[in-house]
Amino acid sequence: MGVLVAHRLLQSVVVVLGVTLISFIALHAGGDPTYLFVSERATAEEIALVRQALGFDRPLPVQYLSFVADLARGDFGTSLSYRQPAIDIVLGAFPATIELAVFAFVIAIALAIPLGVVAALNRGTAVDGSITILGLLGQSIPNFWMGIMMILFFGLHLRWFPISGHVPFLLPLLNGDLATAFGNLPRTIYFLVMPGVAVATYSLARNTRLVRSSMLEVLGQDYVRTARAKGLAEHVVVVHHALRNAWLPVVTMIGLEFGFLLGGVVVTETVFSYPGIGRLLFNAINQRDIPLVQAGVILLAANFILLNTVVDLVYARLDPRVTLARRR
Amino acid sequence: MNTRGRDTRRLWRSLRAAKWPMLALLVLMVVAVVAAFGPWLAPFDPARQSIGSRLAEPMADVQGVTHWLGSDVLGRDVLSRLLYGARISLLVGLAAIAVGGVIGIVAGLLAGYFGGWVDDVTMRLADMQLAFPFILLAIMFLVVLGPGVGNLILVLGIGQWVTYARIVRAETLSLREKEFVEAARALGDSTGSILFRTILPNIVAPLTVIASFNVASVILTEASLSFLGLGVPPSVPTWGSMLAESRDTLLANKWWLAVFPGLAIMLTVLSFNILGDWLRDVLDPRLRDR
Repeated sequence: MGVLVAHRLLQSVVVVLGVTLISFIALHAGGDPTYLFVSERATAEEIALVRQALGFDRPLPVQYLSFVADLARGDFGTSLSYRQPAIDIVLGAFPATIELAVFAFVIAIALAIPLGVVAALNRGTAVDGSITILGLLGQSIPNFWMGIMMILFFGLHLRWFPISGHVPFLLPLLNGDLATAFGNLPRTIYFLVMPGVAVATYSLARNTRLVRSSMLEVLGQDYVRTARAKGLAEHVVVVHHALRNAWLPVVTMIGLEFGFLLGGVVVTETVFSYPGIGRLLFNAINQRDIPLVQAGVILLAANFILLNTVVDLVYARLDPRVTLARRR
Repeated sequence: MNTRGRDTRRLWRSLRAAKWPMLALLVLMVVAVVAAFGPWLAPFDPARQSIGSRLAEPMADVQGVTHWLGSDVLGRDVLSRLLYGARISLLVGLAAIAVGGVIGIVAGLLAGYFGGWVDDVTMRLADMQLAFPFILLAIMFLVVLGPGVGNLILVLGIGQWVTYARIVRAETLSLREKEFVEAARALGDSTGSILFRTILPNIVAPLTVIASFNVASVILTEASLSFLGLGVPPSVPTWGSMLAESRDTLLANKWWLAVFPGLAIMLTVLSFNILGDWLRDVLDPRLRDR
C-alpha cells in the first residue's frame, strides 16, 4: 500500500508539472506574450519595459523554470484588473465554488443510486425505459442552458427560487464563526438549489446509467442467484449482495465526475451570477486578465488532480485486487 | 468490399427495426440539410438589423413582418440565425472530430504497433491530458489565441485525440499479432501500408461509435466556450453564441432568445447520443456500458 501511495503521489506531481507546462505553452501560443499585458495604445518603449519587467526577454527554458518556481511559492502574478496578487483573488472565490460543486455532487450521487437501482430491477419495463430516456436527455442538455431554463421557469415565472446570488456557509465556517455559518445554512441551500441542479444534470444522468448497468451485471452473477435461492429477502439481496459489489465502478466514476462538475461550474456560475471561480474566470476572460485566468485554471486543475489521487487510493482500499495487480 | 456492403445492409435493417435511432437519424438529416442549405431556407438575412422590430415575440406581426421565432435585441431574425448557426455548429463539431481523429488514429497506430518508447510517450501524454478537465485547457489556449472558428476547431480537436488514440492503440496491440498482419509483413508490405491498409480498416467499427458520441460532446463544449465568449467572433451566429447573447435579455423575460438555440443544441446532441448508443450495441457489443 505504501508503495502504491508513493507511486500515485509521484504521478500526480508529474501531472501537475504537466499542467504548468501546458499553461506556459498556452501563454506563448500566440507569439510574444508581452502584448497580452499592455494596453493597445502602449508605445514601443513601454512594451519593451513590460517585456523586461515580466522577464519575457529571457530564453524560454529559463522563463519556464522561473514560472514554475514562482508558482511553487504561490506567486501567480498580479491580476491586471484587480492590481492584486491573482492567487488571493482566486482563493477568495474558491469557497463559494466548492459549496456549489459539493452540493451538485450530492444531488448527482444521491439521486443516481436509487434511480439506477430501480431501473435495473425493472429492466425492460416502462419504468426502466423512462429512466433511460431521461438519462440520455440529461446527457444532451448543456448545463448552462438547463440553468437558463430554470431561471425562466422556476425563477421568473413561478418565483420559487432566487435567480442569482449566494449566501456564504464555508467562509464563516473557515473563519471559525459557527453561529453565522449554521445560521446561514438554510439560506445557503435555498440559493444553491437552482445552480446546483443545473450543474448536476449531466453527472446525474451519467451516474444513473452507470449504476444501472453495473447493477445489471452484478444481478446476473451466481452469488446473487445463490442469495436468492437461500430465500433471502429481496431487499437484502439487492442492498447487501448486489449494490455492494456494484459500487466499485461507480466509485471510480465518481472521482472523475467531480472534476467534470468543476468544469461545468465554470459556465453555470456565469448564468446565475454566482460569485465563485467560474464567474471570476468569465470576467477575467472578458478583460483578458491573463494572470487571473492562469491562476484560476491551474488551481482548478490542481484540485481535480488531487481529488483523483484521493479517489484512486480509496479505490485501492476498497478493492484489494488493485494492489495485487500492481505487484504482479 | 463485399463484407462492407453486407455490413451496411445489416446496419440498415437493424436501423429500420429500431424506433428511436431512426428518429434520431431523421433529426440529424434535417440538421444536415439545414446546415447545407441554411442560406436558402432562411427567411431573412441573419445579420440584418431592424430597429423597428426589436425583440419581436414569436409569430407576432410587427409592421407586416412576422418573425416565426421572434427577433433579438438588434431586430435580427432568430429563425434565420438558428439556421445559419446550424452550419457553424455542425462544421465546428465535425472538423474538430476530424482533427482529433487523425491525430489520435496516427498516434494510436504508432503506439500500438511499435510499442516501446513511442508507446510510453504517447500514453503518458494522453494520461496527462485526461488528468484535468478539458474545458480548462481550452480556456487557457483560446484566451491567448483569441476567438475564431479555426482556433476553436484546433483546440476542440486536440481535446479529442486521446479518446481515439487509446482505442486505436488497444485494437492495434491485439491485431498486430494476427495472422493476416503477419502475412502482410511476410509479403514485404511497407509499415505504412500495414498500418493504414491492413490494420486500420479493422478498427473502423469502434471508431464510428466513438465518433458519434464525440460529435455530441464537442457540440456541447463548443456551446459552453461560445457562451463564455471564447468561441467564434461575436458577429458569427452559432447556437452557443446566441445563448450567450440571450443572457442580457433574460431578466426581461425574452424567453424565445434562450429557448430555441438551446432546443436546437439539445435535439442535435440527443440524436447523436441515441445514434451512438445504438451503433455501439450493433457494431461492437464489447464497448457496451463503457
